[in-house]
Amino acid sequence: MASVTQSGAGTRGFRISKRVLPYVLSLPALLVCIGILIPFFSAVIYSFQRYRLSQPWARQFNWGENYLNFFTDSGFWNTLRVSLLYAGTTVILELLLGLGIALLLQRRSTVNNFISIMLLLPLMTAPALAALMWKLMTNPGFGILSYFASLIGLENFRWASSPDTALLTVVLVDIWVYTPFIMILLLAGLRSLPTQPFEAAALDGVPRTFVFFRITLPMLTPYILTATLFRLLDSIQQFDIIYAMTQGGPGDTLTVFQVEAYLNFFQSTNVGRSAALLIILWAITYTLSNVFIKNWLRLRERARGEA
Amino acid sequence: MEAMSPLERILRGIALTLVVIFFMFPIVWILLMSFQTNETILRIPPSVVFTPTLDNYAALITGKLQTAAGTLDIAFMRNLGNSVFLSVVSVAVALLLGVPAAYAFARHKFRGSEDIAFTLLSFRFAPPLLVLLPLTQYFQWLGLSNTYFGLIWVYQLICLPLILWIVRGYFEDISADVEYAYRIAGHSWFATFRKIALPLAGPGIAAAGLLAFIFAWNNFVFALVLASADKQPVTVGALAFVTASGIQYGQIAAAIVLSITPTLALALYAQRYLVEGLSLGAVKG
Repeated sequence: MASVTQSGAGTRGFRISKRVLPYVLSLPALLVCIGILIPFFSAVIYSFQRYRLSQPWARQFNWGENYLNFFTDSGFWNTLRVSLLYAGTTVILELLLGLGIALLLQRRSTVNNFISIMLLLPLMTAPALAALMWKLMTNPGFGILSYFASLIGLENFRWASSPDTALLTVVLVDIWVYTPFIMILLLAGLRSLPTQPFEAAALDGVPRTFVFFRITLPMLTPYILTATLFRLLDSIQQFDIIYAMTQGGPGDTLTVFQVEAYLNFFQSTNVGRSAALLIILWAITYTLSNVFIKNWLRLRERARGEA
Repeated sequence: MEAMSPLERILRGIALTLVVIFFMFPIVWILLMSFQTNETILRIPPSVVFTPTLDNYAALITGKLQTAAGTLDIAFMRNLGNSVFLSVVSVAVALLLGVPAAYAFARHKFRGSEDIAFTLLSFRFAPPLLVLLPLTQYFQWLGLSNTYFGLIWVYQLICLPLILWIVRGYFEDISADVEYAYRIAGHSWFATFRKIALPLAGPGIAAAGLLAFIFAWNNFVFALVLASADKQPVTVGALAFVTASGIQYGQIAAAIVLSITPTLALALYAQRYLVEGLSLGAVKG
């Protein structure tokens, strides 16, 4: 059928469609997303306004006041500190752990492949549900982890409900969910490395630490960079785990950017401050994502080249 | 690596065992918990010896929970249905919109093509609340708040970039020569797309669809902000359930098991494609 209509349309239809076709094909996808871009600009405007949902009549532009206020606002510095601490801790620990596990699983064997598939399961668990699982396990009354803590002498270890250990608890959940992400990326990287340098080094009797630091790590760097930046971008915006676990509490212990913005918007109904917080977070992620995309593109080109 | 000393072999074994225990224990423990009554859950010290019961699941499925204080209604099956509906329709829409776009980006270098592709990618990394909070007000004006339509629209922010970039990679891997040959034989571009490109990229499209489904299912913040109880998926519903009936631990565990089983099963089924999908096509597994 198609061939009949095509031969009838002749060459003219072919030429026109060739120029317009790509736009026709990609426009619907773009239009759907553009609708969602409008709220982004609204957020920019809100961030320059005094805007409280509880006092809509007092809404007016105050220009940079929301931002300037941050300098003297201890809540903001707490948000910045906790966000960076959370992102830094999770990414560094996940990177070390993920690299270690990837090295343990590097050799292809039935057991190793089976383990690497099993480790995908935490990654595929919804982070919000993962937080609930850990909440059940750290319950002070019957939680198995509270019981283990009491076995090693930590009576009444209160996990997420104590300001001293709340960060530790959510970091632990983050590690449980996301270490496998770094692990599978680095494992794919390790297994795609050429074998000759390693064979040559083994033949020459080069010490293993030297091989690791001078051959393996440098060759793995693009993968490490991509995985790290990927995680950093997600981690600095973490919301699900923290909100499901403690709603940012106890007190303001875990009010990272998105949690603080959410609470500002829905609880204290301070839309202006909420928007300004999110714009600052956006500026951070935008900068990071530019670095990320460069590395990611290089890696992607390499993967496509090998195909 | 070939010549491992016995000591090293043992140390590696211990390390791997610890890794497996750490990552598998929570899943196994919650699964066990879901087959226990509250009495056995609350025992101290905890024990893995118990008579399994299906009461927790029965309570969730019938939606009636018998407690000392009376009967409690649970809308959890409704949440499960919402999750299925939202994820399936979102992925279907994203495939319908994303696959042709991916084909355009892979085959044609047109003006602004890379800019558009990267704009779509950048949605993946922007803070979701930045868009969601103003969107609550737009949705109120448009009458879209708490509608499936509005939610599915917003879910495109998760599904579209994923599908676009993964499927684009699959199209780029297919040599364009076959398509040219088919075109020269007098077939329209649509026939070529349908008969040549789509079947060849089929497995990749299916894998991208499965991954998009997993990410849509696991999403939490979109529905938390934009949906109220009757439209909420399991991720938000489970949290509400914990808040509402904080002491029904067996049912909570069963609800978590029911909520995570679909994505875990799909992940095992599609594990071959996960590496490529998770890195948005940058790393091949």
